[in-house]
Amino acid sequence: MGMTMTQKILARHCGADQVSAGDLINADLDLVMGSDVTTPIAIQAMEKYGLDRVFDPDKIVLVMDHFCPNKDLQAARNCARVRGFANKMGISSFYDGGRMGIEHALLPEQGFVAPGELIIGADSHTCTYGALGALSTGIGSTDMAAGMFSGKSWFRVPASLRVNLTGRFPDYVGGKDLILSLIGMIGVDGARYKSIEFTGEAISRISIDDRFAICNMAIEAGAKNAIFPVDQITLDYLAGRISRPFTPVTADPDANYVCTIDMDLSQLRPVVAAPHLPSNVKPVEQYAGLKVDQVVIGCCTNGHISDLRQAASILEGQHVSPHTRCLIIPATQEIYLQAMAEGLLELFVRSGATVSMPTCGPCNGGHVGVLSDGERCVSTTNRNFVGRMGAKDSEIYLASPAVAAASAVAGAIAAPGEVM
Amino acid sequence: MAGIVFKYQDSVDTDVILPARYLALFQEKDLAAHCMEDLDANFVSKVQPGDFIVAGENFGCGSSREHAPIAIKASGISCVIAASFARIFYRNAINIGLPILECPEAAAEIQAGDQLEVDLNAGIIRNLTWNRTYQAGAFPPFIREMIDAGGLLPQLAAQKDN
Repeated sequence: MGMTMTQKILARHCGADQVSAGDLINADLDLVMGSDVTTPIAIQAMEKYGLDRVFDPDKIVLVMDHFCPNKDLQAARNCARVRGFANKMGISSFYDGGRMGIEHALLPEQGFVAPGELIIGADSHTCTYGALGALSTGIGSTDMAAGMFSGKSWFRVPASLRVNLTGRFPDYVGGKDLILSLIGMIGVDGARYKSIEFTGEAISRISIDDRFAICNMAIEAGAKNAIFPVDQITLDYLAGRISRPFTPVTADPDANYVCTIDMDLSQLRPVVAAPHLPSNVKPVEQYAGLKVDQVVIGCCTNGHISDLRQAASILEGQHVSPHTRCLIIPATQEIYLQAMAEGLLELFVRSGATVSMPTCGPCNGGHVGVLSDGERCVSTTNRNFVGRMGAKDSEIYLASPAVAAASAVAGAIAAPGEVM
Repeated sequence: MAGIVFKYQDSVDTDVILPARYLALFQEKDLAAHCMEDLDANFVSKVQPGDFIVAGENFGCGSSREHAPIAIKASGISCVIAASFARIFYRNAINIGLPILECPEAAAEIQAGDQLEVDLNAGIIRNLTWNRTYQAGAFPPFIREMIDAGGLLPQLAAQKDN
């Protein structure tokens, strides 16, 4: 029987010719990733059980991004602990300070992800790297500890949903609207335990940054991973980043899918996910005019250069509403420099926005833009759960950079067309 | 194991189980002190060792933070029973030795405050308040072995010593 892309990558990594949905396998890992939040627990667990070495220091990446630059003493101690572990184990890919970026933008950018590879990361949005045709999935700290020690992890081979993409995005509609619309359709557990595989003629018109945004939020539908086929857009992105050989996979024509969902991009509209679930997706017009205290543009979902360009195209010649704080967070130092070279950072500051260093920051209420009681935020991040960005009764509306920028100008939820 | 039930709805996410503002903490007792804080402010003061959480579909969705199952386990909860679990939470719970059972019928019928008795090995849930018995889904042998070893790392450590 034919295999999906995900199944082929798993088969290759466990030395099998064939795997099927439901099989439990032990697979060899190409990379293990952890953050300042999840790595301390993994280190503590390794110490507790006497796991005193790592399988390959060059296949471990540690990124200090959640509460960094160190937001308080506890965060500082956590990072110091991870730094000490990296030194002791000879792990050179330790990212802090000026090398730092949000992990899910940083790893692809720095060439840690190649098509066909199998990657686990102790952060749920590790599924982002499927944009490059890799199988990457989020796990917890104990799985990270086991992966760092043994270079292996256990997997239940997932069944797959296939999403067939046709048509073209209308103006001001992009990857974020696509994935929010899909989650709205199938629900927050619509792909639970499964993989999501994208196919269709429209893929050749979907940018790599849109693919990152789409795969990033697969976990919001409960998926193990999401994956795009490798094409020229992928190879163009990888050029200059990857020198090692890699072998992309393609799905077999007779691969078995739970179902196929057809999405015509030309039918998509700018949407928001209203509180408090990413599946609560509505046309932006439904909430138009609702006053907004804060706008966040950035994070691992939408902190890439094309996201910043999109925001800038709306903020240019406009000013952020005096009632609204607008915070812009380039995801990595490279993106920050690119935005600087293109004049975007100056444009943002002149339009009344605040530009932050790369950090996960407000996305999970860590620091840099935490919400007060009853405040409302339009955010390009990926979760709008209760209390996610701060106060328990604050509200998060998830949206694209275009909708977020338009809302910053209007001081209220707005469609991009309204402020242009 | 026996105790009373704390009942929650579908899609209880890890942000309400252990809010991100406490993620810099990682000692068990510190995490337990904030368990379920944004969903049920009375949970920490009411929970007794042996009690149960019973919830709907997709329990533990969202962030991969292991702080969430660690907080639940350290709070004294003996087992989480849900109609279904989000996949990362499912792995994390098994890996750290927090007992979980998947049982849609039990999740639908059991009410807050009910008295339960659970036989984990047999997957049998007895609701003593309503005199009902449920059979939870069995774990595959692969996972059963991990549970019996005390979790993923004790199992790895044992293999390392062999």
